[in-house]
Amino acid sequence: MNFGPQHPAAHGVLRLVIELEGEIIKKADPHIGLLHRGTEKLMEGRTYLQNLPYFDRLDYVSMMTQEHLYSLAIEELTKTTVPWRAKYIRILFSELTRILNHLLALTTHALDVGALTPFLWGFEEREKIMEFYERVSGARMHAAYVRPGGVSFDLPVGLLEDIHTFGVQFRERIQEIEELLKENRIWRQRLIHVGSLSVEDAVAYSFSGVMVRGSGLPWDLRKAFPYDGYETFFFQVPIGEKGDCYDRFLVRVEELKQSLWIVNQVLERIEKGPIRVEDYKLTPPSRSQMKFSMESLINHFKLYTEGFHLLKGDIYTMIEAPKGEFGVFLVSDGSNKPYRCKIRSPGFFHLQGLNMMAKNHYLADLVTIIGTQDIVFGEIDR
Amino acid sequence: MIDYLISLLPFQEGKLKIERNRNVEILVENEKDFLITLFFLKNHTFFRFQFLNEETCVDFLKERERFRIYVVLTSLERREKVILSCPSRGKLVHQFPSLITFFPSSNWLEREIWDLFGIYFLGHPDLRRILTDYGFEGFPLRKDFPVVGYVEVRYDEFYKSLVYEPIELTQELREFKFSNPWVF
Repeated sequence: MNFGPQHPAAHGVLRLVIELEGEIIKKADPHIGLLHRGTEKLMEGRTYLQNLPYFDRLDYVSMMTQEHLYSLAIEELTKTTVPWRAKYIRILFSELTRILNHLLALTTHALDVGALTPFLWGFEEREKIMEFYERVSGARMHAAYVRPGGVSFDLPVGLLEDIHTFGVQFRERIQEIEELLKENRIWRQRLIHVGSLSVEDAVAYSFSGVMVRGSGLPWDLRKAFPYDGYETFFFQVPIGEKGDCYDRFLVRVEELKQSLWIVNQVLERIEKGPIRVEDYKLTPPSRSQMKFSMESLINHFKLYTEGFHLLKGDIYTMIEAPKGEFGVFLVSDGSNKPYRCKIRSPGFFHLQGLNMMAKNHYLADLVTIIGTQDIVFGEIDR
Repeated sequence: MIDYLISLLPFQEGKLKIERNRNVEILVENEKDFLITLFFLKNHTFFRFQFLNEETCVDFLKERERFRIYVVLTSLERREKVILSCPSRGKLVHQFPSLITFFPSSNWLEREIWDLFGIYFLGHPDLRRILTDYGFEGFPLRKDFPVVGYVEVRYDEFYKSLVYEPIELTQELREFKFSNPWVF
């Protein structure tokens, strides 16, 4: 039976061919590739800075985390360290993006299962965060903001106060969503014991992020392989007990609260300073400098036409994206374009394990399981 | 840890190369050694690299060994990652042993490499296309396959169905070739 590409609960273009026995699923075979845009091939023909917007559009609900990943990969291959203000801004927006993503994941999951209101409340909060994106970069969703070498623009005046105001009222919003769903009899019946995952299965199928934390393994890349100053922040990693959809739901709600805590810590700690590495072979000089100084003009020209060169070699960088472990395997041959850029997205592995997770469940549970795996097709098909 | 790894791996010096610039990278030259190293890294009590992050392929068009398979592993207990690579060989079709017995998550990864590069994985239970269209011919991510493709323009027509035709580009593809002869 075909669970077709155009389906309101299919989270994008997912074509699932399911073998059913009555109502029980015997085998689920996802057919992906309906959103394949050839990102990796296209990236081989463009310079590194021109490739940055491709990363925005991979997981299109959590944009800045992938830009962050790409910038980290390039900085490792050019051996640069980013100034502290840039690190704090990146962490701030990473955590805001985590909130953005979990709001979408939880509320669309609730929508698929049947609860219609958290969707509206969650998306109102997303609008507020997207307003911050727009104020800092100019675009609500796909902000090419985090760039190799730092961030592209400085924070406008008043943004930090507004983020603080948002954080104060956001705590109540999380509580509202939690109150509606957590002790709800229908929600619990739909979610407990559905999609149970043991830790061994999760690690064998390369699940990462919330999927593996919901089964009890405290694996978080922000703690295990810390990047960009995460080791200096205080936050906890929530884990679940049984590995079913309800535990993953609780883990995501708790991660919302932890992300809010990190955002507040950044707001306390952020200091003035440069937001880009001052090396003009990597980052562009400011426009006023470009108009006065000849060297800056030359650097600006060379950066935006030829781009910067990376050291020859290959590297695998990974970050804790909201959906799991997002990685990029970048092979460089010393030129200004990537030789091969492979994107490792968490949704790819989660969808691969759908057959394993959905065996012997009912058809309605299949929708719950797809929702809890937090699938977004931009990153699966690339 | 790296030196312990080198001392334990049962290889001669010439066959195995370990680079430790930014990541630990093990370059193996043939498949038997690759499988032995993989088994060793996965199961040895000190290393325990049980998490497969990535399995990809890179097309080095101008070298003798054209395709090179890279496997990235992470050890959850040791908090380390390692990249293992091996070239794939074959006369007409490049072949490589499948890692599915070691890591069940390499199922779709190998399907993707087959679909986009054309490397056949021996021992894979279900090797079919995953990302390209249902009747697609060719292996898109190889370096000799053009970015625009061959038969890619398709539209719905008088026949009321999809029609595949050779491509007509309205705007020429921009190649950003601004590299200068001077190296900085």
